[in-house]
Amino acid sequence: MVMNFMYERILGGKNGAIGIAILAVLIIIILPLALDLFRLNLVGKYLTYAFAAVSLVLLWGYGGILSLGQGVFFGLGGYCMAMFLKIEASDPVTTSIQSTPGIPDFMDWNQLTELPWFWVPFNSFSFTILAVLLVPTIFAFIIGFSMFKRRVGGVYFAIITQIIAVILTVLIVGQQGYTGGINGITDLKTIHGWDIRDDSSKYILYFINAFLLFGVIFLSRYILTSKFGRLLLAMKDKEDRVRFSGYDVSNFKIFVFCLSAMISAIGGAMFTLQVGFMSPSFVGIVPSIEMVIYAAVGGRMSLIGVVYGTLLVNFGKTIFSETFPELWLYLMGALFIGVVMFFPNGLAGIWQKHGTKLVACVKKMQCVSHVKAMIETRRAGSKPAARLNAENVSGE
Amino acid sequence: MTNTNFVLAIEDLTVSFDGFKAVDSLNLYLDKDELRVVIGPNGAGKTTVLDLICGKTKSTSGSIKFKSYELTDLAEHEIVNAGVGRKFQTPSIYENLSVYENLEISFPKGRGVFGSIAFKNTPEVDARIKEVAAEIFLGEFLDMESALLSHGQKQWLEIGMLLIQDPELLMLDEPVAGMSVKERDQTEDLLTRICKGRSVLVIEHDMDFVAKIAHKVTVLHQGRILAEGDMRSVQNNPDVIEVYLGH
Repeated sequence: MVMNFMYERILGGKNGAIGIAILAVLIIIILPLALDLFRLNLVGKYLTYAFAAVSLVLLWGYGGILSLGQGVFFGLGGYCMAMFLKIEASDPVTTSIQSTPGIPDFMDWNQLTELPWFWVPFNSFSFTILAVLLVPTIFAFIIGFSMFKRRVGGVYFAIITQIIAVILTVLIVGQQGYTGGINGITDLKTIHGWDIRDDSSKYILYFINAFLLFGVIFLSRYILTSKFGRLLLAMKDKEDRVRFSGYDVSNFKIFVFCLSAMISAIGGAMFTLQVGFMSPSFVGIVPSIEMVIYAAVGGRMSLIGVVYGTLLVNFGKTIFSETFPELWLYLMGALFIGVVMFFPNGLAGIWQKHGTKLVACVKKMQCVSHVKAMIETRRAGSKPAARLNAENVSGE
Repeated sequence: MTNTNFVLAIEDLTVSFDGFKAVDSLNLYLDKDELRVVIGPNGAGKTTVLDLICGKTKSTSGSIKFKSYELTDLAEHEIVNAGVGRKFQTPSIYENLSVYENLEISFPKGRGVFGSIAFKNTPEVDARIKEVAAEIFLGEFLDMESALLSHGQKQWLEIGMLLIQDPELLMLDEPVAGMSVKERDQTEDLLTRICKGRSVLVIEHDMDFVAKIAHKVTVLHQGRILAEGDMRSVQNNPDVIEVYLGH
């Protein structure tokens, strides 16, 4: 019973389980073995974006709510984590040359003489973990409540989330003394003395990140395969019918928006830990739209597909932006338009359309003798060969 | 006078859009077990009345009493939970889900966010879905994607999605539009069956069909009631003849 529940609801049946297994082997075994630490750390960074992409599967793919502000939540999660690390990195001994030792360096440069009140609780690691999860979620709740209760949706919602991304960026950049400004929060070092810059720490953080990502995928799968998931699809199709079937549609939208915010925030916190800093350039419009592109390329209906989408687009970005830095943005735009126009279901859609045929083809080769036998019978005058063909395709 | 004997009591209901009164001090009372048909020329305000009852449109003034609830004060989903079901004019079903899933989603349990995540399809739910599917002639189409149903079957499915909620007031906006003769006969049979134990309010244009199903007919014209009574008396009413022939 429990096994069956695990299999059907969390792994997503046979196909889902195979997809998860392949991705797990790739991320947990192949990549750590094949790549040097620098490259692996890069993959780890990309995988933190995958959290945001997964959150967009829930919100955009299933819920039909396009948020162009997932960077906000990614950033809030990242900043919460960075605040803790920065406080620990700013002990009175290392900052003794400052006019006020014991506070983060950028505060000292901006003539602050004590830690601002909202920084104080970040002395505690458990508070920080809670804040990573709850601050973005509460923020999303406020946005979601005020918009969905008034039935703001579609393009208007997308634009408003984008504006929020801009506002938050401007706020962070402007409030240099409290946020570190345009440079962000840098020079992060340790958690309770555990140095996050060590080689071994980098491996550990990579694996923590990978396991969290799978945890988030399992949670999302569980929710999407419940009645809640079907209701999201139903709302996307006929919102009024859902409303007049007795559901408070806005509550469902608020929930999925909050959940997507929390998932993105986990990614943001893991980003800070693995990359060692957080800055406004991961909060604003560009990262938010990039996250949407990862989801679109990977396939916005596929929790697994978007992980591949994120990795692929980011590898592309790394390779192309090294060789043609000025062309990359255009290429990215073209990629987005191309995917939306020709492959609306992204990589996952292409796989479903052609990959399964490929598998069928491989299987066909296994029963080549069987086919030969059928050809023999056709030669003999009967014609079940055509049927065999159809069976092989539809049998998948 | 007291309204509580009626399932639905609409009094002095008015809605105006920029000064245009789509529904003008309307009074309408519906009994239990009654099947009422509302007819009237285009623009008479028939659909608007349904919109007002189910909360899609907010009234300018007047009251809609359903059992002990004042519907004008409730949100759409609260009205549904009070026991009002409404079928839209064009079949409004979830095309990308199967017939079974359409009915399952409409099952009145797990309507909250967390309730829906924890919702389990128990044998009772399953049995109820199959029972309703059989009632709406779709027992053999449970696994079919509902987009592939015929227009008439989609109409039935939407009725089924309401029936599974067991509403006390069922409102159907043009239930036989686009149906074949055979499908019409089946729908007639369905409607006479389902109005037992509840009230049904139907909007329909097809007069032959109205004559077959209606217990009582209300004729709307320019947001007001022109005539009310059994089909024959309404058909012989000179005002009604005037309005219909005039168009």
